[in-house]
Amino acid sequence: MSTERGPLLFKDIDTPDLATLDVYRKGGGYDVLGEVLGNKTPDECIDVVKAAGLRGRGGAGFPTGMKWSFVPKQTPKAKYVVCNADESEPGTFKDRELMEKNPHLLIEGMILAGWAIQSHVGYIYLRGEFEYIQRILDRAIADAKAAKLLGERIAGSDFRYDIVTHLGAGAYICGEETALLSSLEGYRGQPRLKPPFPAVEGLYASPTVVNNVETLMNVPHILKHGAAWFRQWGTEKSPGTKVLSVSGPVERPGNYEVSMGLPLSRLLNEQCGGMRDGMKVKAVIPGGSSVPLLPADMLDTGLDFESMAAAGTMLGSGGVIVIDDQTCIVDALYNITRFYEHESCGKCTPCREGTYWMSEVFERLESGHGRERDIDLLWDVSDNILGKSFCALGDAAAMPVMGAIKHFRPEFEHHVQHKRCLVNRRKPERVQEPVGASA
Amino acid sequence: MSRTNPPLPREPGAGTPAMPAADRTAWVSAELLGPVVTGDKIRKEMEQAVQRYPNPRSAILPVLWILQREIGWLPPAALQLAARAVGLPEPEVFGIATFYTMFNLKPVGRHHLQVCMTLSCSLMGADRLFRHLERKLGIGHGETTPDGRFTLRRVECLAACGGGPCMQVNFDYRENVDETQVDRLLETLK
Repeated sequence: MSTERGPLLFKDIDTPDLATLDVYRKGGGYDVLGEVLGNKTPDECIDVVKAAGLRGRGGAGFPTGMKWSFVPKQTPKAKYVVCNADESEPGTFKDRELMEKNPHLLIEGMILAGWAIQSHVGYIYLRGEFEYIQRILDRAIADAKAAKLLGERIAGSDFRYDIVTHLGAGAYICGEETALLSSLEGYRGQPRLKPPFPAVEGLYASPTVVNNVETLMNVPHILKHGAAWFRQWGTEKSPGTKVLSVSGPVERPGNYEVSMGLPLSRLLNEQCGGMRDGMKVKAVIPGGSSVPLLPADMLDTGLDFESMAAAGTMLGSGGVIVIDDQTCIVDALYNITRFYEHESCGKCTPCREGTYWMSEVFERLESGHGRERDIDLLWDVSDNILGKSFCALGDAAAMPVMGAIKHFRPEFEHHVQHKRCLVNRRKPERVQEPVGASA
Repeated sequence: MSRTNPPLPREPGAGTPAMPAADRTAWVSAELLGPVVTGDKIRKEMEQAVQRYPNPRSAILPVLWILQREIGWLPPAALQLAARAVGLPEPEVFGIATFYTMFNLKPVGRHHLQVCMTLSCSLMGADRLFRHLERKLGIGHGETTPDGRFTLRRVECLAACGGGPCMQVNFDYRENVDETQVDRLLETLK
């Protein structure tokens, strides 16, 4: 088995001192700036990214080149590139490792994105807990500036670009792009109506592209080697690689970059070494807690956007959470539902009231006071959130519940009939404050 | 509705402070915050933060961080100072500070122990770790030890899921924490 943790972004990620400018440049870093800035037009760059088929790696999978092409070419307003480094989707920790070990690749990606949409300022919005990552990025930005790779006349061209890091303060909702922009503008981090889309009216009501860390880190590679090269990995509709963050009771949890389309079971058995301590797998959440789970008999599903959608779930952020057969599914969903209840921004009724209501129902089920109609009630409340909330957080709260009921209804029924879990190895120590207590 | 038409964006660095420097701390009771917080060094840092954005309002989070880093928490006087620094009404700043979980609106201990309780860490034993800390320190969620050394809190996913259970001590990440390790760690935290 290869010792490399991935073919592209993770190929050399464990190189000592990769975060320093010298080592980064030694590996060919920043070379592509000289080739692109002033030599390829912004539209040519957008076309290459479109042809490569790069899709957002933060969760939504929207085609990146298309998003960039929505930015109006002629406008008196300033344009912005915003990097969504708010990584808060439970089960996901790829951006943290990518930024910690290879900050210059993100900087390079943002400069190129800026060139493509003719923006001169980029913001990196980091979640508050990533304060040490902000320091790493600030140092890398200062080093790049000193080497004339940021600021005025980058790499000898006429292009100027600056990057400012901005620290959030603890809010999952700020990973939603419009809530992120609200937070960056200095408001409470509540989402905004789309349309208008950020590409037309985003930060400070100006054209803005918001891209995930992993998405931006692919850009220098794509512009250096071309679209066809990028397509050597992945599938027709999901080209390239994806970094999966694997957690739960497997032998080797961690980040793994694979060619899109690899069956999930191969990732778990090969790179991750299978389950640990002789445990057996019951279900796997493939794309962060916002997506429906896959039961054990569906783990051969390919790790790409289309295969996961066909299986009734989503690739999402790639946060793979492995649930063993000694864990109660109802308890796991209780944990997830409480997360969304805490993180709901409160703006819209379906999400604010629905997550609170579902949490109460789960509390009843877990404490042995579940009623027969509670299972249908959970389904009904989820259905009234799905597609009816102001932003995707509501959907994220509803979909996992519906998926769990669809595949594991007997466990829910066991709670109602027998007033306890079918199986729960963590029950004695499980901590969960009552619904309505402050978080 | 708090959203009004945003002012036309300017080039970064062109942001101007909302009030002349001399007036900014005039009426906020300086004794409450002390000479360091209302002094030149912090004032300059806050002004630099404001300069980084086309709209001074964007600097509210950086300014609140500067003050919390200095004081340890955000008393009402700090929220007032932050409001003056970026040109916002105080109720607005109160609304912003209460929206985010990492702003401490009450004093915290020297070592803020934040234990992730979301699914991945829970699967790996976070609940047991939290109960252990409750018993060992004699405090519950949101409480501080009488000697001011530790504050304990349950938090949501810290993006360290592969290394669960994860605990953040102030800003430091501690992964793969079990009971023995946490006991040893607490010994070192004076």
